[in-house]
Amino acid sequence: MITIITEHWGELLSGLGYTLGSSVIALIGSLVIGTVFALMEISTYKWVRGIGRTYVEIIRNIPLLVITMGFYVIVPTFFVKIDGFTAGTIGLMIYTSAFIAETIRAGIEAVSTGQMEGARSVGLTYSQAMIHIILPQAVKMVIPPLGNQFINLVKNSSVLAFVAGFDLMYQGKIIASTTFNTFDTYLAVGVFYLIITMPLSYLMRYLEKKWVTA
Amino acid sequence: MSMIEFHDVEKYYGKFHALKDINLTIDRGEVVTIIGPSGSGKSTLLRTINGLERISDGKLIVNNFDLADKKTNMNRIRKNVGMVFQHFNLYANKDVLDNITIGPELVLKRNKTEVEKEAMDLLDMVGLADKAHNYPAQLSGGQKQRVAIARSLAMQPRAILFDEPTSALDPEMIGDVLDVMQQIAKQGMTMVVVTHEMGFARKVGNRIVFMADGQILEDAHDVNAFFDNPQEPRAKEFLSKIINH
Repeated sequence: MITIITEHWGELLSGLGYTLGSSVIALIGSLVIGTVFALMEISTYKWVRGIGRTYVEIIRNIPLLVITMGFYVIVPTFFVKIDGFTAGTIGLMIYTSAFIAETIRAGIEAVSTGQMEGARSVGLTYSQAMIHIILPQAVKMVIPPLGNQFINLVKNSSVLAFVAGFDLMYQGKIIASTTFNTFDTYLAVGVFYLIITMPLSYLMRYLEKKWVTA
Repeated sequence: MSMIEFHDVEKYYGKFHALKDINLTIDRGEVVTIIGPSGSGKSTLLRTINGLERISDGKLIVNNFDLADKKTNMNRIRKNVGMVFQHFNLYANKDVLDNITIGPELVLKRNKTEVEKEAMDLLDMVGLADKAHNYPAQLSGGQKQRVAIARSLAMQPRAILFDEPTSALDPEMIGDVLDVMQQIAKQGMTMVVVTHEMGFARKVGNRIVFMADGQILEDAHDVNAFFDNPQEPRAKEFLSKIINH
């Protein structure tokens, strides 16, 4: 494994960069999109709730690979030309957003209704109350499941390999097919994934201790 | 001048008739206590005044705003009518000072340092200046309720609604909260208080409303006369039950 890492250091490092880049973009994007759909799911308007619910149910029940392939094949055919990295990252973002929407919705529903009433009673609007009072409490409450989603997201980014996204898994496939040392190559790839996921895992645990128990 | 006017107000939850033909006019500066058995509609009545519950029929005028009109902006009413809840409803993610300042800052768009200075004065008034940077979870029930009152006062409202403000408190905490309420009453604030504290109703209130089954059965301006000699049999029964214990 050491020889693989030393001989293909450049490719692995580049793969790590693409994986990290895709994960960070997808994470931020899915958090924003997920929060929007979570808010739609709890809307007082029936049709808004309907749209939110439909989005979540459809997206989370289709395999990630299918969604990603969809973006890779359909978008360039009918709209604009996008590369594998972009298609993969968008697919990952959309797929994860459905799970994040469900997580955040559960968090919002766990915040007592008194918090909203307290905020509305001093004249805050619904969105002010959401932004300043409800969402901060909801997110804190769902830090542990949110951490799971983030770690899954990083690991799921390996889907980029199927659409030529230059990520870790993609580089691993190429190295394995040229060196024929499949075992050591994927062992090295696994270690590189751990370099991202382990600190992320510890960060989420740290936040959990700091916020959830406060 | 009247602050709150109910005219033939009805409120339904589905088929349940929660408020029946409510007619009540509350003048500025009045301290009205609403008493009655649980489930009689006291809290519902209170919550309609700042639009937390919408009325089903009739007319409700608060601070010259028509609450039955769908076009009325509820936030403009809530700016002028504060509310203190049984379970305090302090923002768990904000410290005591921020709990008080967020309303004036976001709703009244006032200057932060100015608002903070006023908030400290209010905390001083309720005896909690040293708790400004504590979080609600670190306070006792009585302290939380006093912060909630300060939060309501920070908006400089025309009236404050109190929904059983002492019902969730330990007995030894009740006095502190009632003292603060009495102080506010003395300053001429219009107050509508749903309570089981008959001492407060008698000492501080200058009017008492007795409700049962969603109706106002007695509306007495002479509070002592009401307690000494209630007219309604239901009021008599209610008073005998709570005062003999």
